[in-house]
Amino acid sequence: MGNTINAVIKKYNGDETRLMDILLDIQTELGYISDWTIEQISKALDIPAVEIIQTLSFYHFFHREPKGKYTIYLNDSVVSNFNGKDEVKKAFEEEAGIKFGQVTPDGLIGLFETSCIGMSDQEPAALINEQPFPSLTPEKAKKIIRMMKDGKSIEDIKGNKYGEGNNSHYLMRSLVNNNIQERGPVIFSDYTPGEAIKKIVKELSSTDIIEEIKKSYLRGRGGAGFPTGLKWEIARKAQGDIKYIFCNADEGEPGTFKDRVILTELPKLVFEGMVIAGYAVGAKYGILYLRNEYRYMRDYLEHVLQEMRDDGLLGKFIGGKKGFDFDIRIQCGAGAYVCGEESALIESAEGKRGEPRDRPPFPVESGYLNKPTVVNNVETFCTAVKIILYGSEWYNRMGTKESRGTKVLSVSGDCERPGIYEVEWGFSVNDILRKAGAKTHEILAVQVGGPSGSCISEKEFGRVLAYEDLATGGSLIIIGKKRNLIKDVVLNFQHFFMEESCGSCVPCRVLTVVYKKIIEKIVRGEGKSSDIENLQKWSVYMKNNRCGLGQTATNPTITAIKNFKYLFDESVKNNSESFNTSFNEDEAVKEYIEIFNKK
Amino acid sequence: MSTFVKFIIDGKICLSEEGKQLIEAAKENDIYIPTLCNYPGIPPKGSCRICTVLINNRPATACTTKVTENMDIKTSTPELEDFRKAVIELLFSEGNHFCPSCERSGNCELQALAYKYRIAVSRFPYFFPERTIESWHPKLIKDHNRCILCKRCIRGIKNNEGKTIFAYGRRGQYLEINIDPETSKNISDELAEQAMNICPVGAILVKEKGFITPIGKRKYDYNIIGSEIENQ
Repeated sequence: MGNTINAVIKKYNGDETRLMDILLDIQTELGYISDWTIEQISKALDIPAVEIIQTLSFYHFFHREPKGKYTIYLNDSVVSNFNGKDEVKKAFEEEAGIKFGQVTPDGLIGLFETSCIGMSDQEPAALINEQPFPSLTPEKAKKIIRMMKDGKSIEDIKGNKYGEGNNSHYLMRSLVNNNIQERGPVIFSDYTPGEAIKKIVKELSSTDIIEEIKKSYLRGRGGAGFPTGLKWEIARKAQGDIKYIFCNADEGEPGTFKDRVILTELPKLVFEGMVIAGYAVGAKYGILYLRNEYRYMRDYLEHVLQEMRDDGLLGKFIGGKKGFDFDIRIQCGAGAYVCGEESALIESAEGKRGEPRDRPPFPVESGYLNKPTVVNNVETFCTAVKIILYGSEWYNRMGTKESRGTKVLSVSGDCERPGIYEVEWGFSVNDILRKAGAKTHEILAVQVGGPSGSCISEKEFGRVLAYEDLATGGSLIIIGKKRNLIKDVVLNFQHFFMEESCGSCVPCRVLTVVYKKIIEKIVRGEGKSSDIENLQKWSVYMKNNRCGLGQTATNPTITAIKNFKYLFDESVKNNSESFNTSFNEDEAVKEYIEIFNKK
Repeated sequence: MSTFVKFIIDGKICLSEEGKQLIEAAKENDIYIPTLCNYPGIPPKGSCRICTVLINNRPATACTTKVTENMDIKTSTPELEDFRKAVIELLFSEGNHFCPSCERSGNCELQALAYKYRIAVSRFPYFFPERTIESWHPKLIKDHNRCILCKRCIRGIKNNEGKTIFAYGRRGQYLEINIDPETSKNISDELAEQAMNICPVGAILVKEKGFITPIGKRKYDYNIIGSEIENQ
């Protein structure tokens, strides 16, 4: 064991900023990270154990005790629940003979739940020893457990019905399907790797690139919509001997899975975009921050990077040009939604807990290792490549005034064709519903942009997806009339934010719990109209949190109340303000009765 | 030589050195901006959010903001005051804060702010969490019931070799502050006392030692927190 630990630490040159990798590699080797292991790492890196625990205990995929030879993480997302998660969960429990949150006494199987794993188009899904198992049924769940008991390997349990496209690449062999329902003219159009690099080497300077991107009005595709050209320009002008390009592939917003598909099918497009950004900004290093849920792609992506190096598209003298050096490494996360926030992502890549930084300074001035750092979304890099190839004029012909080009949407929930749709900005929600085969008269609501976005009703289905109307990072969860909106959606999302708050800011840490508790109370039938008023009133305090997670963490409740007030009113109408609805007489005297009966 | 800048707080024209932390700059101009996580001389973190002010009408924490020429700051709007009161109430709801039985009563900044904002009861539901009191350390007691997770000890207390003694553990509602057994092993009495004093509440106590000033005669027993700044 000691040898394993030392070998891993040596691999990363004893660099404490690589603590995430060190912990991930050790856990892969040893199964979990014991107190003894922590002590060894502490000695080898010469940092206090308490700092290692600070990082380790922040991420929910790190374990400090054995979690089973087979560790099953069943997805607890909204769509997973829509599609029968409870039955699958029951099947796992019955067959394994334990409850979720437990490990079998022989240490063979551990059952756990997790936040959205980016498979909303094929739920219910689970991660088993980092491998995705989509489209589960109770039968499949039982079969999986039986095979585990028979000592079968993960590869055997997976079988060989791999998903389409690169999912069946020999280094991935994943059961995941892409579900690309509509290919648009930017991301999913024809692409030959290296063409854009060839073009810039031949005819474009770094300022030319920035000018072209600025003229395209490209805005960041992660959700915030910051102008990409401007970001690159600030980073280019920023003082710093070393600069970094980060690709944010920590796609954690429940209901979003577009980056999974882009990385599976078009990894070279993503990496080429990073190379171009590096050229424009004057950076030589790129980091792909890959969420732990997509770690099953890592070997495949490493292989793609090597292919690009072999083809002269990465490494030294890119495109044969002297001084054009750029290389990319993959940094895996370990389970924390907040790391999708760019400064938290940087902290995490530095081996720390993913706590967002105070700003200013912004990452473009002082980011990774305090050097100027550009953080862009997967889709943003892809788009930039196409703009360089075909020009900003071509790009500006698509979309709307404020939102040029296309958007890749992740569509899931109650519809016939969940999956990926690349559409021009300016389509209405109704258009997307039609494309996805959702029957408007059966639809209660659409969650646009995930839990941090908004829950809209039929009245707003005519609204247009664009920065000037309904801005979105790209997901639509379709919620049918058969669903209980408060219980199935709002409660799930508030639970999600409670779990994912980093806890640093007081309003976020505490109010996410308060909101979950009150929504639970309403679901139990014990809510009062004053509870609803309070939920509306208190969300104003969230605006003063440090990061986007904290600022939007009560949106699921607020937007649902705004658009579905009648559902909330209905659920509290029988409860008077003048007594404590949560009071349960039997519960209150339970202990007394127990003692009394004993005598 | 440092440059002086002019800025405005709630309509009052103020002067201070350029780049000074807003809380300190306000203090120099006899204006008190309430805070819990900030502590003079250690890097700010902006985690309690109580010092939130409006700068050119956008919210920002005064502890992480540096003053610049012509900055327009509002610190006492009804909304901001209500927000501060809410944050203090949230802290009372979240932990187990029983002032009458706390050694720090009268010197506690959380209690003092609750008095300032005339808080009798929190508007938010109480969590009554089950938390522990750690007493394994030879010199320190860490009472997690009272900890408000402000990070002052994490940022401000290092051992002789400059190594971390306190650090966060877990996240969200389970966030906690842990003490490292190794780096804290041989800390001096002075450092232990510093750790106790840097804590705004009674979450870090020095073992086998009482406070000299009796309850009833302590810092905030007579004077409202911040009044020493406002009544200059």
